[in-house]
Amino acid sequence: MSAHTRVGDVLADARAQGRAALVAYLPVGFPTVEDSVAACRALVEGGADIVEVGVPYSDPLMDGPVIQHAVEVALERGARPRDAFLAVRAVADAGAVPLVMTYWNLVDRYGVERFAADLADAGGAGLITPDLIPDEADEWFAAADKHDLDKVFLVAPSSTDERLLSTVRACRGFVYAASTMGVTGTRGTVGNAAEALVARTKAVTDLPVCVGLGVSNRAQAAEVAAFADGVIVGSAFVKVLADAPDRESGLDALRALAADLAAGVREGRTA
Amino acid sequence: MSAPTDLPVQALTAHRGPYFGRFGGRFVPEALVAALDELDREFTAAMADPAFTAELDHLHRTYSGRPSILTEAKRFAAHAGGARVLLKREDLNHTGSHKINNVLGQALLTKRMGKKRVIAETGAGQHGVATATAAALLDLDCVVYMGEEDTRRQALNVARMKLLGAEVIPVTAGSRTLKDAINEAMRDWVTNVADTHYLLGTVAGPHPFPTMVRDFHRIIGVEARQQVLDLVGRLPDVVVACVGGGSNAIGIFHAFLDDAGVALLGLEAGGDGVDTGRHASSITGGLPGVLHGNRTFVLQDEDGQTVESHSISAGLDYPGVGPEHSWLHEIGRATYEPVTDAEAMEAFRLLCRTEGIIPAIESAHALAGALRAGQRLGPDGVVLVNLSGRGDKDVDTAARWFGLVPDAEQAPEATEAGDR
Repeated sequence: MSAHTRVGDVLADARAQGRAALVAYLPVGFPTVEDSVAACRALVEGGADIVEVGVPYSDPLMDGPVIQHAVEVALERGARPRDAFLAVRAVADAGAVPLVMTYWNLVDRYGVERFAADLADAGGAGLITPDLIPDEADEWFAAADKHDLDKVFLVAPSSTDERLLSTVRACRGFVYAASTMGVTGTRGTVGNAAEALVARTKAVTDLPVCVGLGVSNRAQAAEVAAFADGVIVGSAFVKVLADAPDRESGLDALRALAADLAAGVREGRTA
Repeated sequence: MSAPTDLPVQALTAHRGPYFGRFGGRFVPEALVAALDELDREFTAAMADPAFTAELDHLHRTYSGRPSILTEAKRFAAHAGGARVLLKREDLNHTGSHKINNVLGQALLTKRMGKKRVIAETGAGQHGVATATAAALLDLDCVVYMGEEDTRRQALNVARMKLLGAEVIPVTAGSRTLKDAINEAMRDWVTNVADTHYLLGTVAGPHPFPTMVRDFHRIIGVEARQQVLDLVGRLPDVVVACVGGGSNAIGIFHAFLDDAGVALLGLEAGGDGVDTGRHASSITGGLPGVLHGNRTFVLQDEDGQTVESHSISAGLDYPGVGPEHSWLHEIGRATYEPVTDAEAMEAFRLLCRTEGIIPAIESAHALAGALRAGQRLGPDGVVLVNLSGRGDKDVDTAARWFGLVPDAEQAPEATEAGDR
């Protein structure tokens, strides 16, 4: 549980600097595989500490309209699960820590052990599994341990104390606090459910706790950084990419948003 | 088709999830786990509570019309190798299918949990209509998610749901059909789980849904088993049902699971034929995987992306199947075979002409299976068929299929349900 991992190191460094880490999400394959790899690199250039590379899935039932649309486009254009490893490699080469976030059937079909091996080969640090709870994860535990990968599971405001405990015990790297009940997407307010959930989670673990679902701007990033170890931003990046008139302006806008959010996660502790 | 005799058969009916062999489970966001745990607890408590079961039984008898009758289809049976064919008439239930059994149970459970809102997914609209019906009866707010494609194809059922006071939300994501309606219902549930119950319409989804929905439908088999004994003096040789998600099939199979001499035959929607790739035969043509919260057979490509299913029957047009069926297939207790659109429609016409009963196209798949089973058994055989629904909703599709509408350009290939 206190194993020394790259994700853990990044979050510990951020903590030592008196700030939260910026954790950025983008799905591979949107708008194309090549452009998404460049986009992941741009996130790092803008200041993301950790990048979650999403794998497009036909039935993304945890995602709101922005990410749904992006993964539909990615699948229509032929994105494959293995393309995620290209983005992982790019993130690692750019100097940030890459994780993969994926619905479970894609890993199941790929082969859990083979997926873990290929992820580790590409320089990936671990997996975030939004529809896999620790109760169903024995095969993943074995593969993660063998390949020294982090296991990031989600906790939610509805999680009982008992489940919080069993979930954080299964995590390595950090704990993903899904701050609001609901699917991914930007929100006007982050809500105080997040702070309460982080407090409950921190009461049962020394692992870093990162907060996701809903953050889209610098002020919200700062607000969350005041109580969380990492601020996870997804839909806002996808939206920037989707709204961009062309590739270069999309990458510029991503860098700018990442930089703005990176400033936000550095303001929270003094705000 | 004969059941293996070396199984620990006494154990089969005792399986209550979360797992059926390696199938089932809960592959869901953590945010839903508390609600699933609550549902599991409340369901278990309710079924042990005489007041709850008495209320459900009262509704069965005075509202939906149970017990449903058993009809011997003698003229139809002449085409089934001379075997006796007995129809369990779920088509005569209020709202026209077996769906009402599960819906009433879960709606009562919703009240018991103190929730005021139900959401449901629907493909053809049958489960949506049944849910809207129960919501009206029990004063619950009701939202039904339906693929935009399906709302267009099933406009009358959309109107029906609205008449009953439900809100129907067209789903524009993905393939705009049943699986996408389930995704959207799950998104609603994860957001509104505190006051909302997801009234899932089949024996799929995360635990406890496969077990709970089965238990609300098992009355079909319990009644039918006794009715066959009363009529024939022995158990049937084979029990036949269509399988999409598999709720009517598990409902009639379950009471027979431990009757080792009774074969169980599930008919999947073969569409244009399993070898064409245009079908909805998840067990015959799919692979084990995870879809909509459970491990089961799934129509998927080599990457694990769900593949669209195809069937003339909207109610069978689903790329997964309940995990208990996957297990019954794997242990050999039940047999699953595909029936093509064409075979189903022939059986549909045959029942209309020989018995004066217009079946749902879903149930026509079971009737095609009954013809096969009867021909295998010969004149001494007894075949029990779950006639899961009536065909009023399908008259338009059938009229096009058989060229009974003036619009001559509506060839079978161009029927609404055939062009997915």
